Amino acid sequence: MGYLEGFGVTIRQHRLFGGQRVTTEYSGGRRAKKKGNDARDVQHDEKLRRPERLHGRHVLNRYEDGMEKCIGCELCAGVCPADCIHVRGADNDPENPTSPGERFGFVYEINYLRCIHCDMCVEACPTEAITESKLFEFSFTNRKDAIYTKAELVVDDDGKPQKLPWEDWREGDDVLTSGWMRATSPSGDATFEGQVGWSGELGYGVRAPEPEQAVRDAESTTDQTTTDQKGVKVVKR
Amino acid sequence: MLAIDPLLEGGLLWTPILLVLFKVVIVFVIGLIGTMFMVWYERKVVSGMQNRVGPNKAGPFGLLQTLADGMKLIFKEDLLPARADRIVFRIAPFLAFVPAFLVWSVIPLGGDFSDGKDGSVEWFGHVTLVQLADPPMGILVVLALSSIAVYGIMLAGWSSGSKYPLLGSVRASAQMISYEAALGLSVAAVLLTSGTLSTSGIVRAQNDLQDWNVVLTGIVPFVIFVIAATAELNRPPFDLVEAEQELVGGFNTEYSAFSFALFFLAEFMNVITMSLVIVTLFLGGPQPVEIGDINLLGFLGPLSGTAWLVLKLFAFLYMYVWFRATLPRLRYDQLMDFGWKVLIPISLGWFLLLAALREFSPDGDWQDSLRVVLISFLVAVICVGLFAAALRVSRANRDAAHRAGAAN
Repeated sequence: MGYLEGFGVTIRQHRLFGGQRVTTEYSGGRRAKKKGNDARDVQHDEKLRRPERLHGRHVLNRYEDGMEKCIGCELCAGVCPADCIHVRGADNDPENPTSPGERFGFVYEINYLRCIHCDMCVEACPTEAITESKLFEFSFTNRKDAIYTKAELVVDDDGKPQKLPWEDWREGDDVLTSGWMRATSPSGDATFEGQVGWSGELGYGVRAPEPEQAVRDAESTTDQTTTDQKGVKVVKR
Repeated sequence: MLAIDPLLEGGLLWTPILLVLFKVVIVFVIGLIGTMFMVWYERKVVSGMQNRVGPNKAGPFGLLQTLADGMKLIFKEDLLPARADRIVFRIAPFLAFVPAFLVWSVIPLGGDFSDGKDGSVEWFGHVTLVQLADPPMGILVVLALSSIAVYGIMLAGWSSGSKYPLLGSVRASAQMISYEAALGLSVAAVLLTSGTLSTSGIVRAQNDLQDWNVVLTGIVPFVIFVIAATAELNRPPFDLVEAEQELVGGFNTEYSAFSFALFFLAEFMNVITMSLVIVTLFLGGPQPVEIGDINLLGFLGPLSGTAWLVLKLFAFLYMYVWFRATLPRLRYDQLMDFGWKVLIPISLGWFLLLAALREFSPDGDWQDSLRVVLISFLVAVICVGLFAAALRVSRANRDAAHRAGAAN
């Protein structure tokens, strides 16, 4: 009887009959942090793989010689729909310039209570100074921590974003945080395929261009697409 | 006069009074802990059936989740809507909660019923039953208290002063009243076979597996009681009353904090209570299942009665949770149709059949019984046929009148 079939469906999910749990055990970084990244706890804290161009926390980039890319033009603040960027430029000191050019970003603050991670600031920036990392787990507990100043946003001397005490950085969050990402994003110009259209970054130099689409698809071994019995595509990440 | 418990024979001395108080405290504590456990159990089992994990953060395996929820609810602000009837609004949760507790008092929770013993135990030199009270009309107490629970829900919705709770409570009270009739009729079938209204008497009469009331009354009153109890408790698939998709929150929309906690606890406590009543009425309560003459849980000694009760109880708790995970909700008119047009006729018919069998084949001869069954079947067919004919005639008249009216 069709009515009683439903009971079979639910009881088959029991562990005795091979039912699985699809819940990821994730404690929000608490266990890994508490016990100091013990392998077993990190396993319990696993997160899914993040998309390559995820919009996360921003960073202020620097050129290979250490000079900041930001010229204090305030275009990012002008385009921001949430009004979360506060920029004030100042003239470069001739003996000790901070950025190549006449002005640099003297005050640069992003209020993450307002930021919606649309990354229009990234698109607007003429010098690829502001880009984003893949970190989105940076819960702060007070307003002062929420307003990130230039000192916190700028990349350190290795070209990597600074890791503040309340942030939960994972493997791969800080890998691509440069103009390369902006230029090669899906909404970027396809004429960049195979060509370099971005400046060099501190610690990495000029990144190599992305391979062409066909090559990328063939090489994608991390994503395996299989089709199960019912013809549904299952992607194993 | 106080002979409702063998403990109280011979006047009131100190030890019996303390024993009674001890039993009260035990029943209270077990009731509350059982409710907390039932909430956790339901969440875990339902989540297992839905391929997820369920609460696992508050305490080991999430066991303290209910406690955490209860504490949070206690600390919340208790709101009183502006248009609410103050006194009734405050009283209604207790009207729903207290009957659930009180039913625990008449249920035998243990004791040695094997081999025809009467389930009494000896504590500190006094003979007593392992239940709080054993009035000679125990089952009537159960039915009466479940009727009072209807008051709680109805008054909750009415006194909230807004329309969704009112709608929810009106539906709830109509639902509960309709299914109480079927409930009472199945209990009547049990009473026919057991011959007594007292719960310990009913348990005592179910000595062997073939004497269990689920077998003696045929399986039909058992099934009807289970279904009617599910509707009484407002459990899925009869939970239209508190369906969030339909009525915001039903009768408990305007309740917050502790009053809401009381409704919530009342509902889950009622589940356990009703399951205990089912086990007592139909499955023999603390009666053991014996193979040969050996009690399968005999190694537990004096606790084996309670252990059997708990085992049987768990089967029903799992069944209720299984219902919740599997069945979609019944629409209100389907619910009322089912209660009035299916359950009541079947339970009444079965009760008449049992009564006829008792009267005309008291010795259980198969020829007499067969004759009774055949005649009953014939009577049933004739009645159904007459009823169907009457329906057809009235429908034909109605259509004719409609056509005549439309032609004019």
